[in-house]
Amino acid sequence: MMILSGDPPRSRILGLLLIVIVTMLALAPFLFPGAKAMNVATKICIFAALVASYDLLLGYTGTVSFAHTMFYGIGSYSIAIALYAMGPTWASVATGIVIGLPLAALLALGIGLFSLRVQAIFFAMITLAVASAFLVLASQLSWLTGGDDGRSFQLPELLRPGTVLISKSVFGFEFNGRTLTYYIVFFGSAAMILTLLRIVNSPFGRVLQAVRENRFRAEALGYRTVFHLTWANVLAALVAACAGILNSLWLRYAGPETSLSFIIMVDILLMVVIGGMGTMYGAVIGAAMFILAENYLQTLMGMASKATAGAGIPVLPDLLHPDRWLLWLGLLFIASVYFFPTGVVGKLRGKKA
Amino acid sequence: MTDSTTSLAAAEPLPQASRDFIPLLLPVVLALAMIPLIGSPSTWVTLTVASLAMGMMIFIMASGLTLVFGLMDVLNFGHGAFIAVGAYVATLVLVPMAGYIQADSLWLNLLALAPAALLAMAVSGAVGLVFERVLILPVYGSHLKQILITMGGLIVAEQTLYALWGPQRIPLPLPASLRGSFIFGDIAIAKYRVLAMVVGLVVFGLVLLVLNRTKIGLLIRAGVENREMVEALGYRIKRLFLGVFMVGSALAGLGGIMWGLYREEVHASMGGDLMVLVFIVIIIGGLGSIGGCFIGAILVAMIANYGGFLVPKLALVSNILLMVAILMWRPRGLYPVTNR
Repeated sequence: MMILSGDPPRSRILGLLLIVIVTMLALAPFLFPGAKAMNVATKICIFAALVASYDLLLGYTGTVSFAHTMFYGIGSYSIAIALYAMGPTWASVATGIVIGLPLAALLALGIGLFSLRVQAIFFAMITLAVASAFLVLASQLSWLTGGDDGRSFQLPELLRPGTVLISKSVFGFEFNGRTLTYYIVFFGSAAMILTLLRIVNSPFGRVLQAVRENRFRAEALGYRTVFHLTWANVLAALVAACAGILNSLWLRYAGPETSLSFIIMVDILLMVVIGGMGTMYGAVIGAAMFILAENYLQTLMGMASKATAGAGIPVLPDLLHPDRWLLWLGLLFIASVYFFPTGVVGKLRGKKA
Repeated sequence: MTDSTTSLAAAEPLPQASRDFIPLLLPVVLALAMIPLIGSPSTWVTLTVASLAMGMMIFIMASGLTLVFGLMDVLNFGHGAFIAVGAYVATLVLVPMAGYIQADSLWLNLLALAPAALLAMAVSGAVGLVFERVLILPVYGSHLKQILITMGGLIVAEQTLYALWGPQRIPLPLPASLRGSFIFGDIAIAKYRVLAMVVGLVVFGLVLLVLNRTKIGLLIRAGVENREMVEALGYRIKRLFLGVFMVGSALAGLGGIMWGLYREEVHASMGGDLMVLVFIVIIIGGLGSIGGCFIGAILVAMIANYGGFLVPKLALVSNILLMVAILMWRPRGLYPVTNR
């Protein structure tokens, strides 16, 4: 229980689900060696960490930020630009990290100090404005960021798919640089989620929850709530930037579409709420469900769309078109805010209690 | 003793809140300060007119949102959906009536534009009604849920527009008689911008008139100041709020069609894009204040136009810088109204 910081899943079904997800992800390169399946597995890992860091803000302090993708993007771009400009060496990876993380932290500190003094709604609007300005900035400063095309780069020798570490003859499976990158992503994300779990179960995390429940009372008890909120914001930004770094390493690319766009922000929101706010496990469940749906539900919708079009029903084929999958997730999102605001995790935990 | 105090009170007029003119001067000072920087007077006039027109359009979109927030403490992140709905509905009228639009007669053009605008306002008002009843009503009092729910509403509305109209951009050409410019010497003023300014001023005037000269306006202003008190006096503030919400959505729809004509195309993502601008405007103006919203809209548009002309690179972040500067000076916006 040490590793879970004394906060176990507290529900048999939830525990089982988590074990299944983690085992699948841990063994993904052996179980599903295909390129698409590997991309899905990596995305689940990265988004689980990213969503968990967002949950630190949304679920534990009750502040809505729309700038989370900005920090994710800072992480992505810092690695991409460093590797692009300095060549594929470990030194440039280190440079990217050394520049990216403090930048994200400083920006989060600035936004936090500027706007967390007032109420949550103000923070939401200001982060939305800052994030959209950052998105425009990233797509306009093309000499640095490559504009809308983004930056593609080469990885250090060790992480390339061509590098065979353990040849196929040993285990009947080729362990190459790509597999190594996957495990960096997997263990990196796992470490981030466990760290966040540690944070929310520390005295600091309790204060955050107190602020969420009643800010005025927390202040009356002598806690400097601005200090706590700003710290939470900085921590969340740091984790988001780390997730961005992992994302870039896997994709060997950073661009506005994959790291900064508002769509990703919406995805994160959906994952947190559907998975369950205020529980780190919700992030894992939400990310896994959402990304599986994103990749495999669309095929299903395409079939349904064709079937209804064949049957001659007017509007339905358009509504069921695979590109409209966000419509149905949006409806699911609204329904889950109403009917089970604690998400899948809350539902499962509640059933047991 | 008591006599003297009552007679004293009777003799003196009711205490009036001192008027605050400094924010009013801001756009004027800003515009005048730009003359030497821009150099050519004709360019300056063109830019100033452009920013006034753009400011009016943003004001039309933002006015409903700021009142809704002031009155009910509800921040609607789905407000952008009404903007997009208005623009799309307008295409329903304007595309079939293309003949009237292309005719080189102002009256025929207006004959097509007027029903389009009315229909856009009616439909976005109706969408607003559904939005308020279905989405916002169950989550009064909880900011977090409001933000989440209205975001969800924005996603669903945007996706529905995509499903019904398809993901491509819809061209929305300007009517023939509104194209081109009025030329005075070497000063060119685009005709459509004049129309936008007139419509904006009319809307501003009407809103001020209703707020300051009617009983409903009195109740709205009282509700913004202190909701419980108005309820205690027996007025059903939720119904009042629903009315304000619908008018606000209808105005957003009107802003949407105007923006669509200004850009000469309509796209479902325009709602989300304009949302950011609208938020900056209502933060600058002070949440809940119509006058502040008006000045904020003009300031934002001025910064965008002058900034885009003088230092194009800076234009990307100029709105944020403006917001930071204003909030440093007045942390709750130009005209802080609510104590929330």
